[in-house]
Amino acid sequence: MASVVAVSPRDGESSSTVASRWRRRAFGLVAVTALPVILGGCQLPTFYGYRGSTKQGHDESLLWSGTMIASIVVLALVGGLITWSIIRYRKKSDEIPRQFQYHIPIEITYIIVPVVMVLILFGFTVYTENQVDAVTPTPAVKVHVTAFQWGWKYQYPGKVTVTGVTTEDPDPIGLNGGQCAPAVDCLGPGLVVPAGQTTRITLDSQDVIHGFYVPAFNFSRYAQPGVTNVFDLTVEHAGIYRAQCTQLCGLYHSLMFFHVVALPPNQFRAWLSSQQHLAQAASTVSSSNSTTKAAA
Amino acid sequence: MTVLADRPVAHEHEHEHEHHEGPTGLLKWLTSTDHKLIGMNYMVTSLVMFFLAGLMALALRAQLATPNSSLLSFQAYNALFTMHGSLMLYLFAGPFAFGGLANYILPLQIGAPDMAFPRLNALSYWLYLSGSITMLLGFLVAGGAAAYGWVAYAPLSLVQFAPGSAPDLWILGIALTGFSAIFTAVNLVTTTFYLRAPGMTMFRLPIFTWNMLVTAILILIAFPILTAAMVLLFADRHFGTHIYSTAGGGSPILYQNLFWFFGHPEVYILALPYFGIVTDVIPVFSKKPLFGYKGMVFATMAIAALSTGVWAHHMFTTGVVLLPFFSLLSLLIAVPTGIKFFNWIGTMWRGQLTFTTPMLFCIGFLFAFLMGGLTGVMLASPPIDFATHDTYFVVAHFHQVLFGTAVYAGFAGLYYWYPKFYGRMYREWMGKTHFWLLTIGFWVTFIPQYVLGLWGMPRRVASYPANLGWQTLNVVSTVGAFIIGISFVFLLANFWVSWRKPIPAGDNPWDAHTLEWFATSPPVHHNFEKLPPIRSERPVWDYHHPDDLTITHGGAGANGKGHDHLAGAATVADAGDKA
Ligand code: HEM
Ligand SMILES: [Cu+2]
Repeated sequence: MASVVAVSPRDGESSSTVASRWRRRAFGLVAVTALPVILGGCQLPTFYGYRGSTKQGHDESLLWSGTMIASIVVLALVGGLITWSIIRYRKKSDEIPRQFQYHIPIEITYIIVPVVMVLILFGFTVYTENQVDAVTPTPAVKVHVTAFQWGWKYQYPGKVTVTGVTTEDPDPIGLNGGQCAPAVDCLGPGLVVPAGQTTRITLDSQDVIHGFYVPAFNFSRYAQPGVTNVFDLTVEHAGIYRAQCTQLCGLYHSLMFFHVVALPPNQFRAWLSSQQHLAQAASTVSSSNSTTKAAA
Repeated sequence: MTVLADRPVAHEHEHEHEHHEGPTGLLKWLTSTDHKLIGMNYMVTSLVMFFLAGLMALALRAQLATPNSSLLSFQAYNALFTMHGSLMLYLFAGPFAFGGLANYILPLQIGAPDMAFPRLNALSYWLYLSGSITMLLGFLVAGGAAAYGWVAYAPLSLVQFAPGSAPDLWILGIALTGFSAIFTAVNLVTTTFYLRAPGMTMFRLPIFTWNMLVTAILILIAFPILTAAMVLLFADRHFGTHIYSTAGGGSPILYQNLFWFFGHPEVYILALPYFGIVTDVIPVFSKKPLFGYKGMVFATMAIAALSTGVWAHHMFTTGVVLLPFFSLLSLLIAVPTGIKFFNWIGTMWRGQLTFTTPMLFCIGFLFAFLMGGLTGVMLASPPIDFATHDTYFVVAHFHQVLFGTAVYAGFAGLYYWYPKFYGRMYREWMGKTHFWLLTIGFWVTFIPQYVLGLWGMPRRVASYPANLGWQTLNVVSTVGAFIIGISFVFLLANFWVSWRKPIPAGDNPWDAHTLEWFATSPPVHHNFEKLPPIRSERPVWDYHHPDDLTITHGGAGANGKGHDHLAGAATVADAGDKA
């Protein structure tokens, strides 16, 4: 970009110096973009984004930081050139400036350099999206998540079903067996998963399109009727992560909260088996009720 | 419609019964087929839509200034952002440039007496007006206006979830305005191909005209798909088909594919005309030819071509699209867009820049679009999109792009051609005040939204909980929005003052480059009494500055001296319509 600085057909700069300067610059940009990987990334600024509380979200965060750094460089260069032109070339006399129109080497340069930059970003993108979308053959637990107007249903193995609508939390689960807190993070039904292990989510919708979005995971996926999406979340640390529907789904879209409760694996097992007992007891009492539920 | 056969030069006989008296007043307005009057109708109507949509935006922002706000009901909020987005995109941004400015300016720029199909042109406007009214009528029916967002995703737009007649009015409104756009596109393509003045070769077309031509082709590709999608949606709603509903084996994803196959070209249908304005204005106020003219033309074509292959980048999070393909094509659009940026900068480079209001608006555009474009590149990377899709990050991104184009560049065009439309000058100080207030308001409104989005605030929410720390930035954003609102008072006041106390502008107040500035202000019926020779894309400049012609490749022909380039003047002087 900066080569426009060298535009002047008059200043006689040989094209080989321009080219070598360009090579250096392009290399610098590559280095900047590659930085996250080189450094292992965790020290990079996140620019208001989340560091990513899942393994997958962490990968995204690195890509985000690298892209932000590259973008800031481009912003500074192009913005700087615009600003420079505005200040430097404001009208000083009535003299008509030189009426030049083409400068082929420069025009070719600013085609090639962006192509290279875009391809680099594309490389990192493909790498990251493959990480984010990878599914392991052996998840620790599988949960079927169904979105509906306006709430969420979670089905665990052993007929355990948690359903909750809008702001109400049907079954407030906190960490260490306590109440869920802080309240604002615990709106909507809690999706309980084991921390440090991989949870397989199967996602669909009963009615319209919804968005399964957990900000701290840097991740969202549509919940759609007629499409079943499958993805893995590996929450790294125990905690409560607020979440919300992001795809407009009708009147109460803005209240369609949920949250993810990541429990230490042993606590998670204990919670799941207690729920399984409850579910078994309930199904023997009113089997008809639960069959209709399952059919729905 | 015999116009096709006639170049404007040799048709003295055609218009021998040319009459200037004709109807006046309301009847003239209703029956005119003059491209200038129709263009003006388009501009006025679309500006009304812009102001309506702007007022809606202020209501939305007022709602979001406090958490758990109850200023508007959820229903009202959802209806208002749907109508805000729909009005801004379908009824303002497109029609203002493509129906309004193009209609008025394009025939002038190529030295034509009118559009190729003047009556079709009138039909376009009336379709547009009736479509706009139809859509707005949604506010008056039971249940209020449509509330499913400007994209009307099925199944939310199906009758189970969106009952009532407002959605039908919305669909009909889209269909009507869609036909209007298609007809205008046909008209502009034909006009550009057949009605160019002698000497006006394709590579001497002003970039504004080039961009309108490419936009017209994109419209012909994209709008029929939208209309078809709407017809199918209507059939699902009323005739019991199940094209978009899973109930009968249909597919909601199909709707998204159809919609975005229209929708992404649409983004460029909205952007390219505005790029055209900027590309015409910057050289004029830099006193230089456009840097890299041909590169600019090819960049525009490349953008248009790529834009037909990127639609599913709006669907990354559906989980059913081929991520690498759509991501690569989307990223590649950054390349021709970059070319444009460097050409704009190259044009200013070593120029003599004057900062009139239109130039200021173009610079505002450059910065807004630079930010919007960069965040767009980020969103073209699926993992980043996963983290930000449907959040305020996206709201900030598309507002920076759309505001940069439709508002900054759009009003640059309005100020730039205002003297041409009315033969009088607007007041510079008011224009500049408009610019600075708008710019402060713009950045204050939309920068905080990026941060809110990264924090996880979803878009299209009528309320948000307290205690999330979202309020401060939302208040800032709302304050910015009201500053934007106030800035437009200066626009209206400016027009009012220059109407009441006219300052004559002359025919070519900017020492501009393109043919419209050779016509009188306002241009006479059928536009030109005479035309200058057309030897480059800057005929009017060449005419007035015979010693400062464009230096073509390799610096040859450093000045035009010795070239008897004015010799042609006599032969084409009467090219226009004599009547
Ligand atoms: C006057 C300055 C503007 C303000 C303050 C403003 C504000 C807003 C607000 C508050 C929303 C709703 C966001 C949400 O709830 O998700 C919105 C949505 C939208 N705006 Fe604007 N806007 C402005 C100008 C524009 C312009 C100039 C355009 C286009 C040319 C535009 C196009 C849109 C679109 C397409 C949507 C999305 C609607 C949807 O989600 O369906 N806006 N705007
Ligand atoms: Cu939802």
